[in-house]
Amino acid sequence: MSYAWHWEVFLQPAGSGETTYLGWILAGFETTIALSLLAWVMALLLGGLMGVLRTVPNRALSGLAATYVELFRNVPLLVQLFSWYFILPELLPPAWGNAVKQMNPFLQQFLAAFLCLGFFTSARVCEQVRSGIESLPRGQKNAGLALGFTLPQTYRYVMLPMAFRLIVPPLTSEFLNTFKNSAVASTIGLLELAAQGRQLVDYTAQPYESFIVITLLYMLINIVVMTAMRWLELRVRVPGYIGSK
Amino acid sequence: MYEFDWSSIPGALPFLWEGMKVTLKITLTAIGVGIVWGTLLAMMRLSSHRVLGWLAAGYVNLFRSIPLVMVLLWFFLIVPRFLEHVFGWPPGGDTRLASAMIGFALFESAYYSEIIRAGIQSVPKGQVGAAYALGMTYGQAMRLVVLPQAFRNMVPLLLTQAIILFQDTSLVYVSALADFFGVAYKVGDRDGRIVELLLFAGAVYFVICYAASMLVRYFRRKVNA
Repeated sequence: MSYAWHWEVFLQPAGSGETTYLGWILAGFETTIALSLLAWVMALLLGGLMGVLRTVPNRALSGLAATYVELFRNVPLLVQLFSWYFILPELLPPAWGNAVKQMNPFLQQFLAAFLCLGFFTSARVCEQVRSGIESLPRGQKNAGLALGFTLPQTYRYVMLPMAFRLIVPPLTSEFLNTFKNSAVASTIGLLELAAQGRQLVDYTAQPYESFIVITLLYMLINIVVMTAMRWLELRVRVPGYIGSK
Repeated sequence: MYEFDWSSIPGALPFLWEGMKVTLKITLTAIGVGIVWGTLLAMMRLSSHRVLGWLAAGYVNLFRSIPLVMVLLWFFLIVPRFLEHVFGWPPGGDTRLASAMIGFALFESAYYSEIIRAGIQSVPKGQVGAAYALGMTYGQAMRLVVLPQAFRNMVPLLLTQAIILFQDTSLVYVSALADFFGVAYKVGDRDGRIVELLLFAGAVYFVICYAASMLVRYFRRKVNA
């Protein structure tokens, strides 16, 4: 097979000449990181809240949280993304909808992708938080209440600190999923890493080099996140539980 | 306020059904190949043969660290060109369905193999010892003793993975292949009724996946009983 490898293609000026192809890749890399991190923060906060609601002794609240999870878990990520992007501006009050439509395209795409990933991941975080809370011995909650804590205080000072320490490993894989899922944003035209890879195939005559670099960058993200989370796992693990030494 | 108009859906149902057939074709191929190849990968990983173990681990970790969208783009844009180049096939054939099926099958195998590996490991060691004591070979012990028990325990997880896979097939959108979602989007775009078609597609996915997840719950109770 005769294929001319040209790794130096990334240093050539790209498009309108303001930057190089490497610059495109780095811009996509930044967008992927920013999008995933923001969505992850939202997912942790909202998922934590929903996970608590799922376990409180109140039928209406736990039912609401359960419905929330089922909704986001049983509709494909792509359909959710398109819904945030195409449907939300139509259903908002006209003034708001028009404001969204008049944003610059990048912001509009980024906002839709952020909301989509944030809500989608929060439903999965919710289930992990719930299983963390449910795995605690019942005595912990009773002990908190017996000490005179209110239910919110028991959650805040007794159950949640324990539950979050226990669910670091499953949260790691959800965190990794957030980065991987962010590639779906390329379908609405957001120029994140995967979309830049696609653009490179169109613009340069070097499809193999382009895809190899993009793929390696995703693997790099994976390795960095896994290393960081393993460090965190060692720091916060609870003595006496399986998995701790 | 937005005014809904659902009138373009009834006429589009035959197209949507054609799309659903493509979705199901990809899903079922990926489940079938994924479970067979995933079982082999799991057995390689658990074997005492070092090199086989490394190969399987490398395969699984590679596919699990790349976004599915990226894997699909590889199989839509790069692999067909590479094959044309190597085998001198005429360029420009429509390989999208084949690419989707192969891409999903190889990708899902990595995930299935992890589920199956855990399932095999959940079978008590004494079972293998007993099978060997009865004079069975490795293959017989696996096929007749270990795997049947492992698969029984894994049914809920395998099915859950199948639901995720069914939803993920919508990502063939990146190649403009007309699966269920692709058709829904195209019809919506054609009639200027994207909102209605997206809501309809979302509802169909929801009903199917919710029903399937009820089934998972039923199996889970049965396995635990």
